[in-house]
Amino acid sequence: MADDPSKNDPILSIRDLTVALPEGGDRPYAVEGLSLEVRPREIVCIVGESGSGKSITAFTTMGLLPGALRPTGGELRFEGRDLLAIRRKEHAALRGKKIAMVFQEPMSALNPCYMVGDQIVEVFATHTALSKAERKAKTLALMDEVKLPDPERIYRSYPHQLSGGQRQRQRIVIAIALALDPRLLIADEPTTALDVTTQAQILHLFGQLRENHDAGILFVTHNFDVVAEIADRVVVMEKGKIVEEGPVGDVLNRPQHPYTRLLISAVPKRHPSPRDEVSGKAIALKVEGLEKSFRLPGTMFREGTSIKAVAPASFAVRENETLGIVGESGSGKSTLVRCLIRLIEPNHGSVEIGGVDVARLDKRAFRIHRKDIQIIFQDPYGSLNPRRTVGDQLIEGPVNFGVPRETAIQRARELMRIVRMDEDAVQRYPVQFSGGQRQRICIARALAVEPKILIADEAVSALDVSVQKEVLNLLNDIKKRLGLTLLFITHDLRVAGEVCDNVLVMEKGEIVERGSVAEVFGNPRHTYTRALLDAMPGKGWDVPDLSAIATRPTA
Amino acid sequence: MAVLVALTVSIISFSLLYLSGDPAVAMAGENADDAAIQAIREGYGFDRPFIVQYGDWLFSALRGDFGESYYFRVPVSEVIADRLQITMLLGLFSTSFALVVAIPLGVAAALWPNSIIDRAALFLSVVGQAIPSFWFGLILIVIFAIDLRLLPASGSGTWAGFVLPTVVLGYYATPAIMRLTRTGMLEVLSADYVRTARAKGLPAPNIVFKHALRNAIIPVVSLAAVQMGFMLGGSVVVESVFALHGAGYLAWESISRNDLPTMQALVLIFSMFYIAFTILADVVNAWLDPRLRVS
Repeated sequence: MADDPSKNDPILSIRDLTVALPEGGDRPYAVEGLSLEVRPREIVCIVGESGSGKSITAFTTMGLLPGALRPTGGELRFEGRDLLAIRRKEHAALRGKKIAMVFQEPMSALNPCYMVGDQIVEVFATHTALSKAERKAKTLALMDEVKLPDPERIYRSYPHQLSGGQRQRQRIVIAIALALDPRLLIADEPTTALDVTTQAQILHLFGQLRENHDAGILFVTHNFDVVAEIADRVVVMEKGKIVEEGPVGDVLNRPQHPYTRLLISAVPKRHPSPRDEVSGKAIALKVEGLEKSFRLPGTMFREGTSIKAVAPASFAVRENETLGIVGESGSGKSTLVRCLIRLIEPNHGSVEIGGVDVARLDKRAFRIHRKDIQIIFQDPYGSLNPRRTVGDQLIEGPVNFGVPRETAIQRARELMRIVRMDEDAVQRYPVQFSGGQRQRICIARALAVEPKILIADEAVSALDVSVQKEVLNLLNDIKKRLGLTLLFITHDLRVAGEVCDNVLVMEKGEIVERGSVAEVFGNPRHTYTRALLDAMPGKGWDVPDLSAIATRPTA
Repeated sequence: MAVLVALTVSIISFSLLYLSGDPAVAMAGENADDAAIQAIREGYGFDRPFIVQYGDWLFSALRGDFGESYYFRVPVSEVIADRLQITMLLGLFSTSFALVVAIPLGVAAALWPNSIIDRAALFLSVVGQAIPSFWFGLILIVIFAIDLRLLPASGSGTWAGFVLPTVVLGYYATPAIMRLTRTGMLEVLSADYVRTARAKGLPAPNIVFKHALRNAIIPVVSLAAVQMGFMLGGSVVVESVFALHGAGYLAWESISRNDLPTMQALVLIFSMFYIAFTILADVVNAWLDPRLRVS
């Protein structure tokens, strides 16, 4: 290019960007008066909760806004050209070549009908005049660069055939983005769907990118640990507006705006607070040699094999204890708890609740024990029936166990109070509530049959950090008030550290380490636990004591 | 699986023989005496056990021998062969017509939802669903054969004779295929991988046809297979309107003539076509979508 921008001119410079929402939304603009800059070799993180407009900003820059949204003002200069003023074809010519994007969901970001190699090659085919052989050679080199093992084989794989699931898919998506050495890389929550060890590798990859490719990176995330790990500058968004921005150290350690302070204070502390003593209490749940393997049925050409999901597992939980079960996806933690409540039938072993081995009872006899142990699932959107009122779903359990309808309704209203919602919520439908509210309803639903043991299976993983904090506090309160025993399944070690008394660490179906939170996190013995802790982003940063930091007088 | 279905169908079509009463009595006619009935019974082998008769019939059928037509007194296979050719041609033309009209319209409707094109496509499909095909056929005859004198009103002697029946029968299958294409495209166009394709900066036709349509078309293929089978068997009405002496018309004739061997053969053959189309659809879908391929 003739007017090549000098080394330090911003690659991307957004001025007063406004994106209108369709009429009838909760606010008129998705993004309002937003200005920011990304320079070469700089990682700018946009943080904020869902609905803050951070993804909209990313998509506007890419020219990939959904049809209902239109930028209505401002300018969006990329290497000096206003992207809002150029034609769609010209914008498309920049995409994939000079501006590239990495998405949140690697699972669905690749076309299931084409080999992954061909999906990378397409970028070269569209934007360059390389020969077929050159395109393939470049693709293989690229796959090597993003550390995909055995590029030749992966080139010929379809997305569903990639082993290691998310991990390899996200690397393919990153390879697509990096294909032509873009000047600007936009990443929209690229590690949210990934395990912590994979996340660490991918974040490392982004760090290398900045070094080797001289690119500017706009990184959208809601995770402050990730911010601490990779950001140079941080932009905090709330309801479509920037409320605070600055160098990463300033924003994370000396946040000024109340919203930033709220967000940061909601991040679970790395150093757990002292716990109540539970060792003297009676044992609420005792699991002995619990085992589950799944059989893959054989076909005409292949013998059936069995996959061990849970190796013989034994542990005990005392009354009023919170036991964390941590591990990455596929480690067997969900299968384990599903065996406890026999949503999945275990192959062997015993599960004693209040002295009764419920694993050995037949289905009928087990039914009355179901009310002793209840579960809250990860996805608050999928686990409530959209066509029935909240009240109907709350009374169903108790009525099933013989509680008169009137009493159950009274109890449902009381439960709404316990989970800090309006009593009248019982007459409404799930769609009328936000994710956090729905998860409270799910908690109330689990509590309706007055269980002794409550299982929370990744119950806060899908929630924004401030909502997550509220739900965690609520669970903790309820546990204390009702004397519950809590099994807390999570892949988020920070959350586990904050709420659990003891933890089990699971790897490939086996419990590899157990002990109190302080022991396991402070002095991990097993290599896997150490690897997990090592992979946590933002190790150099912990939530500052905000009360000690005065708000700087605003200039 | 397909073999089991085929066997089941063959048993059912063979049982047709007995469902309508004693075949010997039916054949002998109203005034036959017992001796004549008995003679027919022995002559045609109706006195043997059911399972033996079935086995005999099935093995002959596998060799293409469906017995002799009660009405024409010639082998059923001869009666059917010519007729089937006409129906197959008509089915093939109509399916092609339906696909060629419905898929582009469905894609266009999905690309510009609520636009004029979308409304027009919706109108066409509502009309197609609502108009009975015999009436639509008659209207076309009035316009193109009688008023404009462009096309023949009946007969299968020339290619031109197939035009109107193809349009009528094809139009009948168009609405479902078009709506399914539209729904599928709308869903796929908002899929993450289409967004990825856009993010790569691919040209629009490439995104629509290569990335979106291939995924959206998979259920359409299955539907088209069912429609095609339906067009073979269900072309009775259209064949009568245009006096095309195809297999559908023959089926209707055989029913009214109580010509059991012909009916049995037609039921079996139509069912085999259904099965063949379903298998074909599965093969096409496996080619389209690697996830459906057996590892």
